[in-house]
Amino acid sequence: MTIDTLVWLIPVPPVLAFFLIVLFTNRSKPLSHIIAVGAAALSWLAVLVVVTQALQIDHLGQHPIESQIPWLPTGDTWYLIGILVDPLTVGTLFFVAWTIFMIFIYSVGYQNYGQPKGDHDQPGLPPHGKTVEDQNGHKFKIPSIEPLYSRFFAFLGLFAFGMYVLVVSDNLLTLFIGWEIMGLCSYLLIGFWYAKLSARAAMIKAFITTRVGDMFLLLGIVYLYTMTGTLTFREIFTTETLHMLADTPSGFLGLSAAAVMGILIFIGVIGKSAQWPLHVWLPDAMEGPTPVSAMIHAATMVSAGVYLVIRMYPLLSAGAEHGGVTPPMMAMAVIGTFTGLFAATIAVAQNDVKRVLAYSTISQLGYMIAALGVGAYVAAAFHLINHAFFKALLFLGSGSVIHGMEHGLLHTGDDVDPQDMFNMGGLRKKMPITFWTFLIGGLALSGFPLVTAGFWSKDEILADAYTHRQWLVFGTLAFAALLTAFYTMRQITLTFLGKPRSKSAEHAVESKWTMTVPLIILSFFGITAGWVNIPETFPILGRLVPNFFHDFIAETLAEHPEAVTFNWVPLLTSVVVSLGGLYLGWMVYRRVKEGAEDPLEKPLGPVFTLLKNKYYFDELYDFLFVRPAKWLAGTFTYLWMDRTAIDGILHGLARIAYALGGIFRNWIDKPIVNGFGDAVGDVVKRLGHSFRYIQTGRVQQYMVMALVIAFGALFYYLFRFFIP
Amino acid sequence: MVPLSYYLIFAALLFCIGLFGVLARRNAIVILMGIELMLNAVNINLIAFWRYRTPEIVTGMAFAVMVFAVAAAEVAVGLALFISIYRRRKTVTADEIDMLKW
Repeated sequence: MTIDTLVWLIPVPPVLAFFLIVLFTNRSKPLSHIIAVGAAALSWLAVLVVVTQALQIDHLGQHPIESQIPWLPTGDTWYLIGILVDPLTVGTLFFVAWTIFMIFIYSVGYQNYGQPKGDHDQPGLPPHGKTVEDQNGHKFKIPSIEPLYSRFFAFLGLFAFGMYVLVVSDNLLTLFIGWEIMGLCSYLLIGFWYAKLSARAAMIKAFITTRVGDMFLLLGIVYLYTMTGTLTFREIFTTETLHMLADTPSGFLGLSAAAVMGILIFIGVIGKSAQWPLHVWLPDAMEGPTPVSAMIHAATMVSAGVYLVIRMYPLLSAGAEHGGVTPPMMAMAVIGTFTGLFAATIAVAQNDVKRVLAYSTISQLGYMIAALGVGAYVAAAFHLINHAFFKALLFLGSGSVIHGMEHGLLHTGDDVDPQDMFNMGGLRKKMPITFWTFLIGGLALSGFPLVTAGFWSKDEILADAYTHRQWLVFGTLAFAALLTAFYTMRQITLTFLGKPRSKSAEHAVESKWTMTVPLIILSFFGITAGWVNIPETFPILGRLVPNFFHDFIAETLAEHPEAVTFNWVPLLTSVVVSLGGLYLGWMVYRRVKEGAEDPLEKPLGPVFTLLKNKYYFDELYDFLFVRPAKWLAGTFTYLWMDRTAIDGILHGLARIAYALGGIFRNWIDKPIVNGFGDAVGDVVKRLGHSFRYIQTGRVQQYMVMALVIAFGALFYYLFRFFIP
Repeated sequence: MVPLSYYLIFAALLFCIGLFGVLARRNAIVILMGIELMLNAVNINLIAFWRYRTPEIVTGMAFAVMVFAVAAAEVAVGLALFISIYRRRKTVTADEIDMLKW
């Protein structure tokens, strides 16, 4: 089997698993998860083979693995679809395959495989646990298995299929198909516990919000196809095509065609990667089971958005002279930076362990977008990969924490929110593996110097912003990094350190191996993924560890971006904000007592309330969009248009028709038609009455009558013919 | 040779006797006998006209034979009907067989 055939086959196992589970094995939970995890493992293996092979090709950027087949007839030509494995794809495939595989394994444990069925569990609701009795007759509850276990794995399989399709595509159309499959799956998975009202609302919110972005993305794709007649990346990214697009005016605000396409595509990314102002869906997406959160917020969907802008970077930067900035890049720098800070501030005031991570994801995605906006191509790709690893790790870790808390909750019969960090504390001793892996993830997220992956990528973004003299971007991102370290430490301190603040936290237990093994593997990458791209000019370490990543990824572009030269200012900045943030977070939150309020609540006052309520964006959108839409639907369309105007016309027509019908009935039908029919019947009846007396039943009388008539006729003819 | 009119008068008389029997008698079997008389009167007419008018072709004789056959069949069916009626109603009086009455 050649290597490009193998690339074609990467997305196939998960989708096969989806159909197999849905059609055949959904009644058998073990069979379903074996198929799904097996499919994820097959894809993972294929990716590893492809990645190893691709790394052995010299100058993969110029000679990528590609193959195409004709797919759609478009007039005289064919629309070709195909696969493309260039350095960017290799990097993306690598983290996607690892995280997806880990999430599949983790899901087995998270959805309580091996536990008994619950007492009152219903499909569409999280499992409530089963009551068991020990030898002493003491009753307590243990976790019970998810009722829709098989369905969960089927959806995960489809989701993985969408992501793999998106990554290996060599053109925007199949990429968009993968993109939309993921949109659908995120909708299905966020609303996995569909009997919960909040989950239903969240699923609709996520679907509609991303749809807004997807609409613009589709417009951008259509515009691109109209202008160039192709959607294949390698054909668009030729120098002539890019120059043509950059020189053609679009007639819209004086922007070039390339700029308009870039902005439209970027709006699609805003929706998918949850950037401001379309960020509102992502925190609500936490309604799904935790593996879903990891799937959406780390491995796949939101990464797909950033992957797309990185992929389309040649188009986005088309027309920029050396070091210049195009309008789409400007938009990305502004929105990315703003989102980076904006989401980080919200994360500071959240109490839900998963919501903090959700806002942190938005903030980190903002980093990547901002990095691309200042032209830091490699840094963005680098942070994308690192972030996927440590964010998947953090989400899975938080899932493990919640799982442990729920165990305690069931055991003690306590009634607290198992996701609220203020009910946790002291979990370090109860859940050691989760603690250490979460700590690694957290330190990577906050950019703990030198050791963790996050440090290297974040440092590179800051260094790029500094070198490109984007002071505002640099300053804002540095401040956001401080906040990131702060809220990460706040989360770690509240969750794991100190003393338990609830009975549930006291009785929390470590999760099973199916959950902890993925954590350990991901934490390995959470540290080492950063070491491949230590700048060569970095003191001491740069010479010790070879850096192949930068040149490797840079080859994806025709014009290789230069690695920035080392500078002490960004390095010191990132060290200071990271350590400072961590220290502050620990100082502020190390002594929180049971039932205490957030220590920041008093000093920050109304600002804290503002942050806690996420700047009231949900309320604002509710006021700006949801209520007008509801008014439009309920009052205007339904009540006025539909009930009054359209129904009124219809009812009026009906009334006229009814009146006309009445007239016809009373004046034509009844007297004339009916009268005639009745008269015929009456006459016949009366005649019958009159003539029935001759019907005597006596043969001889009939005979006489016949004779009389015969003779009458005879005489008539005789007289008629013979007597003139 | 006897003139044709004699035959015709005889046949007319015979027909009238048969007709009287059909109309006036109450016994159904006698009515049937009357019908036979009328048929035979017709037969006499047929033979007579044949003999006197067109002796060269056999149509009249053939027709008379046909009438015999029909009469025989009629009697067979009629008697069978009367037997059947008698079994049910214990009578063959024509006046009493009036089930067709309104």
